[in-house]
Amino acid sequence: MRFYVKKIITLVLTLLLVSLLTFVAFQVIPGDGALSKLGMDATEEQVEALRESLGLNDSMVVRFTRFLGGAVKGDFGNSSQYSVSVTSLVKERLPVTIWLAGLSIVIIIVVSIPLGILCSRKQNGMVDRLITLLTQTCMAVPSFFLGILITLVFGVMLKWFIPGKYVGPSQDFGQFIHYIIFPAVAVSVPKIAMMVKFLRNSVIRELQLDYVRTAKSKGNKERRILYKHVLKNALMPVITFMGMVIADVLAGSIVIEQVFNLPGMGRLLVVAISNRDFNVVQAVVLYIAAVVIIINFIVDLLYQKVDPRVKIS
Amino acid sequence: MRKRQLDFNFILGIVLISFVLLLVLVGLFYTPYDPNAMDITSKNLPPSLNHLFGTDYMGRDILSRVMEGAKTTFFIGIATVAIGAVVGTLVGAVTGYYGGILDEVLMRINDGVASFPSILLALVMVSILGTGKYNIILALGIIFIPSFARVVRSEFIAQKQLDYVRNAKLMGAGDLRIMFVHILPNTKSIILSAVTVGFNNAVLAEAGMSYLSLGVQPPDASLGRMLSEAQTYLFNAPWFALAPGFIIVITVLGFSLINERGIKNGK
Amino acid sequence: MKKRIGILLLLSMFALTALYGCSGGNKEDGGSTNSANENNLSEDQNGESSSDMTADADEPVYGGSVIVGITQDLDSLDPHKAVAAGTNEVLYNIFEGLVKPDKDGNLVPAVASDYSISEDGMTYTFTLRDGVQFHNGNLVTADDVIYSIKRSAGMLETSDPEVKVESALSVIADITSMVTEEGKTQIQILLSEPNTELIGYLTTPIIPKDYDGQAETPVGTGPFKFVSYTPLQSIVMEKNEDYYVEGVPYLDQVTFKISANTDSAFMELMAGAIDIFPYLTEEQANQLSSTYDIEVGNMNLVQGLFLNNQAAPFDNMLVRQALCYAIDRQGILDMVAGGKGQIIGSNMFHGFSIYYNDTLEDVYAYNPEKAKELLAEAGYADGFSFTIKVPSNYQFHVDTAQVIVEQLKAVGIDAKIQLIEWASWLSDVYKARDYEATIVGLDAKLAPSDVLKRYRSTASNNFLNYENAEFDTIFAEAIGTIDQDIKIQKYKELQEILTNDAASVYIQDPALLVAVNKKLTGYTFYPVYVQDMSVVAYTGTPENHQ
Repeated sequence: MRFYVKKIITLVLTLLLVSLLTFVAFQVIPGDGALSKLGMDATEEQVEALRESLGLNDSMVVRFTRFLGGAVKGDFGNSSQYSVSVTSLVKERLPVTIWLAGLSIVIIIVVSIPLGILCSRKQNGMVDRLITLLTQTCMAVPSFFLGILITLVFGVMLKWFIPGKYVGPSQDFGQFIHYIIFPAVAVSVPKIAMMVKFLRNSVIRELQLDYVRTAKSKGNKERRILYKHVLKNALMPVITFMGMVIADVLAGSIVIEQVFNLPGMGRLLVVAISNRDFNVVQAVVLYIAAVVIIINFIVDLLYQKVDPRVKIS
Repeated sequence: MRKRQLDFNFILGIVLISFVLLLVLVGLFYTPYDPNAMDITSKNLPPSLNHLFGTDYMGRDILSRVMEGAKTTFFIGIATVAIGAVVGTLVGAVTGYYGGILDEVLMRINDGVASFPSILLALVMVSILGTGKYNIILALGIIFIPSFARVVRSEFIAQKQLDYVRNAKLMGAGDLRIMFVHILPNTKSIILSAVTVGFNNAVLAEAGMSYLSLGVQPPDASLGRMLSEAQTYLFNAPWFALAPGFIIVITVLGFSLINERGIKNGK
Repeated sequence: MKKRIGILLLLSMFALTALYGCSGGNKEDGGSTNSANENNLSEDQNGESSSDMTADADEPVYGGSVIVGITQDLDSLDPHKAVAAGTNEVLYNIFEGLVKPDKDGNLVPAVASDYSISEDGMTYTFTLRDGVQFHNGNLVTADDVIYSIKRSAGMLETSDPEVKVESALSVIADITSMVTEEGKTQIQILLSEPNTELIGYLTTPIIPKDYDGQAETPVGTGPFKFVSYTPLQSIVMEKNEDYYVEGVPYLDQVTFKISANTDSAFMELMAGAIDIFPYLTEEQANQLSSTYDIEVGNMNLVQGLFLNNQAAPFDNMLVRQALCYAIDRQGILDMVAGGKGQIIGSNMFHGFSIYYNDTLEDVYAYNPEKAKELLAEAGYADGFSFTIKVPSNYQFHVDTAQVIVEQLKAVGIDAKIQLIEWASWLSDVYKARDYEATIVGLDAKLAPSDVLKRYRSTASNNFLNYENAEFDTIFAEAIGTIDQDIKIQKYKELQEILTNDAASVYIQDPALLVAVNKKLTGYTFYPVYVQDMSVVAYTGTPENHQ
């Protein structure tokens, strides 16, 4: 119980720190929401009036407390750019990013676990070397460029999907998945390489341990040992690793959403920053940070479940 | 048998990196053309003897720009990793070694920075400091600190319970001495591995930032910027993308392959 | 006595040639002209160059829907709150003012059926068109018109801070309505000082009085009705069946789709997923020329290397002039736009045909030797270095900057480029005037004064810190005069002053390259930045793209 309390306290503290960082950042960068909203031809009085109504003229302390007060209740105020509530903006976009990240992770797992095992079994053979080289090469391509190449090949040349098209999950779920699978591939390919490498080394390390030798000497089939005992143990560090990958996937989707024109959190963030739409930026940053932290927390718990040797302190 | 095959990937990595390094080193003293010189009469030329990698949409020689760009990208990568590694190691060493409140506080800050979308951080840095090579380095460097800190910290936690550290303590060695003279050399392989991975990430991050136009300032070339500029021309002038793309891939691939062996030897 | 001003007179006042119809073609023909015949000629040329189909196949049909690509999200659906050019070009299809611009730059009656300006330039009288309906089915009344203009002028008692007040409308003293003997409703706008150019601002959209849902479900009188809007995705509009103009619109539905940037939009074009896209680069246009019709128009912008006239060394006129000589404008056009675009010599573009002073284009013909002499005279024989701040979201300006940096090397000037975000540009460069030089494009309303007013010493948007008492005096005279010939003379003088002072380096009015689905016809360029979908139609069988 104490463990959970402690975790929750650190979660809250980290989120507080993140929002403080965002807040300070917005004090330092040039431009503000009122100016961006009113554009070139606005007079000083108009900008001033809008600043006043957006509350930008209050002191830093007042603004930050106001933000915190709202955030605690889950209310992030209104977007200065869109004049709608931030919550409604985020609510529409969150599923896109969650699905994109989720699908990417499924792809990573489905592809990299078999490949990793294959590599470890054919350790240093032709297949192992080929897969390693191939995945490492994929990892070396910048993600935005991978996105462009995928669009070019599957969208423009093969016409498997219409570039830039997006169908909401509530409109037609099948279509939604159809259009989100290509960006998901772009997000997951570089991570597959990392995952394969990690899993391969983890299995190999495990295979060298005493209990495997003992099992072998008792006449157990290598296959059986691998799937019954080794894999379970080898997957443990992979779970921790997965936590890092998920954070990476979320960050990576910011760029990929631009390339594929997906209306997710990443694009919302980029647009909100360029509009100096503070409330939106603050909300998006907090959501992303919270997701990352919570996932890491779940990873900790899973780790503990799988391996009772790990004590939670 | 096994030894030889391990070396194959390693050698391939060395060859790839040597090639890029050669390009960078030559580029320091000589480029076939002025990398920024425009020529209206030679726009969009395919590779030829005059322009080995062709020319871009402003008639600039792509080979010269790639040499210049590789130099910039390498510089960004190395400087970024230097910041990340030095600060990250310091933070990781102190928190790992001492633990306690300091550890808790620094690690929370670390988590905060790590869970902060890197693009926002980059954007903020760029907005405060203005755009340019050095500001990207600073921004990426800061973004990279947490990952180094975490790796070094866990290594320090593991090492400080070992006998040699206890012995050193009994001998009356100071904390600083133990941390940096005794423990640090033992974390060498881990840090080196983190450095190669960090370098690769810096190269890829530079490309991503260029795509969001947060990168190097035009007309200066960087590999990421060139690749990002090339996307419009993939159909009618694919050589724009080919040269910078190729150099990025072999750089990152080369370091990964070298790192592979580093991990195996280290463990 | 009032002077009735018909469409013809307006033509002379605001006649902008159809140059924007085919800048490329005209340029080769040796420059601008403003005869009406030339208009038709250029239209023909345009038709030929943009389409290789026979005239019969061009017959527009009704029905179908199209997707228009845009790259900027809308800043508001309330037309009085929207400031971005990218928003106004879309909302043009939903809203109309008392008058609206036609393709030749004339202001033609829209919600009004007729109007006149009194001889002293103090009273504007509009006759309301019969039977104009809002999209909600209500008839447009005098109250709606008065409300709309007052809201736009900031004259309502309770003002909404988000409404962008049009400062030019501040000369309005009062607005009244009356009913004539024939039963027509008239609106009279009384000014506090003579101004014959206010009509250019009365394109301000007419909206229903006291309707507060404008930002969510906008209601106007235009050819299309609002259907839906999703931020970062799209705005959808459908045909207004009750539109008062016979025969338009042709299309049943139009979707404006928001792309993350021109590059991702380009991919969509390559795949044929967009029907119309108006912001192509020269290279993109070349690549799409086999699959799309590429229409060439003008952006109606003054693109320049704008200089801070109070920052050293640009506080020295000789240095500014040297810069003008050192920059090869044709070289820029050739390099970044394949030679398309129109060179300008002052802060005015060709679209304002009768006001445009075409004698200024060659004042600073490219001459690096002369530039060096001037630099030496100014005490900068060894050159100097400075920074050009360029908004990072406009690749065209970034490319222009790169070419300029190269050109300036030849005279020993070391220019550096600093990309900044648009929001930072607004606050640092435009408002705080903290910069040495910048490259942007300045647009304007359909009034010549709107193009030049920022150069007044006291103008709040005088981000160039330009100061010239003579300019201020002549500007005041130009805006107040009723005599058209004097007005033209004054405006030409103003441009000449700017050129002689080398207030900045004026480069060009950039070409606007638009990709249009080959099955569509009727895409029209306007002297203001709008996408008029009411005249676009399918030829042959209409298709549905959503």
